[in-house]
Amino acid sequence: MKVTTRGSFPISYESLRVKQKVRGGVHHQGPNEIGVLGVSGIVKMIKAVMMMNTQGKPRLAKFYDFLVRCLPVEKQQELIRGVFSVLSSRPENVSNFLEIDSLFGPDSRLVYKHYATLYFVLVFDGSENELAMLDLIQVLVETLDKCFSNVCELDIVFNYSKMHTVLDEIVFGGQVLETRSDEIMKAVEEISKLEAASNSISLVPKSVSGWRGGR
Amino acid sequence: MEQLKTIGRELAMGSQGGFGQSKEFLDLVKSIGESRSKAEEDRIVLSEIDILKRKLLEPDVPKRKMKEYIIRLVYIEMLGHDASFGYIHAVKMTHDDNLLLKRTGYLAVTLFLDEDHDLIILIVNTIQKDLRSDNYLVVCAALNAVCRLINEETIPAVLPQVVDLLNHGKEAVRKKAIMALHRFHRKSPSSVSHLVSNFRRKLCDSDPGVMGATLCPLFDLISEDVASYKDLVSSFVGILKQVTERKLPKSYDYHQMPAPFIQIKLLKIMALLSSGDKSASEMMYMVLGDLFRKCDSSTNIGNAILYECIRCISCIIPSPKLLEDAAEAISKFLKSDSHNLKYMGIDGLGRLIKISSDIAEQHQLAVIDCLEDPDDTLKRKTFELLYKMTKSSNVEVIVDRMIDYMISINDNHYKTEIASRCVELAEQFAPSNQWFIQIMNKVFEHAGDLVNIKVAHNLMRLIAEGFGEDDDDADNKLRLSAVESYLQIISEPKLPSLFLQVISWVLGEYGTADGKYSASYISGKLCDVADAYSSDETVKGYAVTALMKIYAFEIASWRKVDVLPECQSLIEELLASHSTDLQQRAYELQALLALDARAVESILPLDASCEDIEVDKDLSFLNGYIQQAIESGAQPYVSERERSGGMFETTDYHSQDHHEVTSHALRFEAYELPKPSVPSQASAALVPVPEPSYYSEPHQPISTSSSVSERESSEIKLRLDGVKQKWGRPSYQSSTSASSSTPPQAANGTSIRSDGGGVASSSSSKPRSSYESKKPEIDPEKQRLAASLFGGSSSSSRSDRKSSSGGHKPAKGTANKPATVPKENPIPVPDLLDFDEPTGTSDVAATDPFKELEGLMESSSQDGGGSTDVMGLYSTDASAPVKTTTSVDSLLSELSDSSRGTYHQSQTTKGPNSKEALEKDALVRQMGVNPTSQNPTLFKDLLG
Repeated sequence: MKVTTRGSFPISYESLRVKQKVRGGVHHQGPNEIGVLGVSGIVKMIKAVMMMNTQGKPRLAKFYDFLVRCLPVEKQQELIRGVFSVLSSRPENVSNFLEIDSLFGPDSRLVYKHYATLYFVLVFDGSENELAMLDLIQVLVETLDKCFSNVCELDIVFNYSKMHTVLDEIVFGGQVLETRSDEIMKAVEEISKLEAASNSISLVPKSVSGWRGGR
Repeated sequence: MEQLKTIGRELAMGSQGGFGQSKEFLDLVKSIGESRSKAEEDRIVLSEIDILKRKLLEPDVPKRKMKEYIIRLVYIEMLGHDASFGYIHAVKMTHDDNLLLKRTGYLAVTLFLDEDHDLIILIVNTIQKDLRSDNYLVVCAALNAVCRLINEETIPAVLPQVVDLLNHGKEAVRKKAIMALHRFHRKSPSSVSHLVSNFRRKLCDSDPGVMGATLCPLFDLISEDVASYKDLVSSFVGILKQVTERKLPKSYDYHQMPAPFIQIKLLKIMALLSSGDKSASEMMYMVLGDLFRKCDSSTNIGNAILYECIRCISCIIPSPKLLEDAAEAISKFLKSDSHNLKYMGIDGLGRLIKISSDIAEQHQLAVIDCLEDPDDTLKRKTFELLYKMTKSSNVEVIVDRMIDYMISINDNHYKTEIASRCVELAEQFAPSNQWFIQIMNKVFEHAGDLVNIKVAHNLMRLIAEGFGEDDDDADNKLRLSAVESYLQIISEPKLPSLFLQVISWVLGEYGTADGKYSASYISGKLCDVADAYSSDETVKGYAVTALMKIYAFEIASWRKVDVLPECQSLIEELLASHSTDLQQRAYELQALLALDARAVESILPLDASCEDIEVDKDLSFLNGYIQQAIESGAQPYVSERERSGGMFETTDYHSQDHHEVTSHALRFEAYELPKPSVPSQASAALVPVPEPSYYSEPHQPISTSSSVSERESSEIKLRLDGVKQKWGRPSYQSSTSASSSTPPQAANGTSIRSDGGGVASSSSSKPRSSYESKKPEIDPEKQRLAASLFGGSSSSSRSDRKSSSGGHKPAKGTANKPATVPKENPIPVPDLLDFDEPTGTSDVAATDPFKELEGLMESSSQDGGGSTDVMGLYSTDASAPVKTTTSVDSLLSELSDSSRGTYHQSQTTKGPNSKEALEKDALVRQMGVNPTSQNPTLFKDLLG
């Protein structure tokens, strides 16, 4: 290596710094990493399904994204609140779509639909089609409507486990599994029937309950 | 609580007990529902937690009770409270034989636990057992748990069972097994790599639902490795064709569309497979064309498929015909009243603009409407589109808009993003350096600390280096304008730290450079900064060093330096600062003030920030000295400490200090040149600031020739080569050679437009009543914006409009004119007004062409070719002009004509029930559909 060309050296620290920074290409945490999640993972999936009422009370929340699921409950709650505060600030008659990178990491989209006192929310990433996701909400609601005949918020609150059953038939591991509401209904009814049957049996003393359910 | 007003229903709920909730659970839900504040809710939940803790510890809890407790735990956890004390009970419940309890257990466990929870190990055994159960519902529940709970280590434990289930008798199980396998693949590709072929095989499953499910993993696999799935293109095309031809059972229909979700998935996969592959793309032309015709755009799901087609077309190598179809679909979206569809339209536009750049110009007004829409989502999407279509001719308008929007929002996250986009655009397309500096000032002022620090350094570098050419005059002007703008801004309160750093640096380097401002003025300002932001050490450091430079320049030019009293006090304050950095700077400043001019000049030469500083890490220049020392009997190298002590004895403390600094911070290897990056990637990158290049060849202080050539070689760097040059990388607008010649024209156009607006409105009063009926007037403001955004089209569209109105007034005799007008125009571009109001154009062509077309249609139906003819005719006629971008206008009029024509035809062919059909048709058209006569089945569906 060769001797420096300049005999004396400017003391100005800034110009040095400028050069260093500019030259070295400092890698900075960009805006996309600011979200609650901190890290970004490439997932092609539905990240979350939420239902909340117009006061922001969660009625059902299911996360599929591993990063979200690992979060402590409070953080998840923060996400729900964040979603709600965005939703509640939306005026009427605007689109049902939102870009929500700030909460769910880069390239996150959100589709919501407002029914009576409830928001139905789907969070997913850029690989999904917004309009199709809107229809997925429609599928869910149509199915619930068939399940509860004229579904309302109360049904959803009090039939917590049934809600999950329905949802599990539609979205499985973050992927759309089934979109035929009749088919979903069939599955759910079959489960209910069996559960009812096994439930009555379980009231009988333990010795009988070796029964395994319908063969 | 309004939703709880029906007590009857509530009671029914309780008594119904389908899922066995007790009164207590109801009460809990109810009281939480009624709580007025978060605190109250928390209190209720906490007491509930206490109760549950107690109850769960009781011996011999009946199973039904236990189940309810667990549901309550799940509920509590959903409300955001920790229910981990009950997890173990949920785990236990999965072991139960009773299906209801088992399912409840699984539900709770899947909600409570994540893959890495310690309790998972307790469930694996149960899952294994349940996967082998004869009851398929149990299997399903277990598969669900597998999907949520199995992690990399436990995959082998359940893998064989899951693979067996791929051939289970029930399709519901097969589907879920595929999904589980897919999940494994995501978690740990290596663990299931030998099973990937199963996905291919399952594509041929007898059940279409299973096939549909298989598309999910295949989509993943294909996006990882396109090449090895190329052979499947024809199968996918075949499947899609069958689906669109309604070969699937009726039960797969959703809102009259055959299996739309499967269609969408298939389109996504095919987009991946055919991207950049001509032959694969060609295989899809047919089916995509069919889809455009068959999709019912009155339903949401139909539009979803249309959108997916657009997306697909933007990925593959499309045919001109498909591009046209896509453009048409987009225009339908944009014209729709639904914000959702507008959003999709804008998104589609952003995708297609990469392929055919003139598409956006047809929709300029729609785009501007979206920009001014109250809907934030739409606005942002539109900004994204503008970002994509920025070129040097419209950068000023777009960046101004972005900055206005940036100022108006509070969302820091998005603010950061849009700020970085502004910076990026400004760097790429800046028409002048003054403008660039102004924009940067605005960005810094309003987005301040959200901006990446690199942006600040780039700005400083720009000001310091000037434009790379030896145009010192321009450089000095630029610096002066920067200094002036900063002196204006500097007194404003609460400036962001980063901005102050830039200001201080520039003022220090160039504040007194051309003698306009006196040293005491600038140094006073700098002291004010240091005072006002006394808590910010970085800013203070910058300010002090700036002071030092100013004094140094003064001393070096043999002027007498009188240190302002406030500066003196600042120095004294900093001499005792807790920050060693500030202290050192203060001491240095003090030392410098005592030196004579010659020394100062070599320490801090004027405008030397661009000089390269070469550092010889090996200190080889000391070899001779060492040699000499050794020869004269000195000890050779002993230890680092001793060496530095010995060697630097003679050097002054500044350079010693310098060596220490550099050994920590400077990098000595050559910096790698930036890789040219694709703009779309840049937008996804965190803060897309182009990497500047640097060269540190020894003994070569910036040679301009090499730097220029280097600049050209890498695309995305700052273009500082001068105003007249074409800025930045080639814009998307490849075909707009017009745009390069536009700047004068555009200015011209706008000026004409401003008075032309008046002319138009006065002349429009009578003959153009049909124009105005739908949309009373288009804000001249908007038009101007459109003109500036979409550049070249402004002036021509203006003339175009004139001529079309001219053809209008002489009335029916020349009704053929619209088709011929564009050819007379020097630069034929769509008339925005005409495009926006298709009714208008069809009115223009009201009499003659319409009948002509009708005649055409009749003859074609006689031919027996029937329905497809209109479309075919339209395509052959229209595709040629579109390709050469000569007359989109004529296409448009034809388009609206043809839609009219088909409309007419449907009316006539329908015969007796035409009235009903008409109504339906009107409705459909309202939704933004152009019913084509091509697809009779679609029509049948629509018309009942």
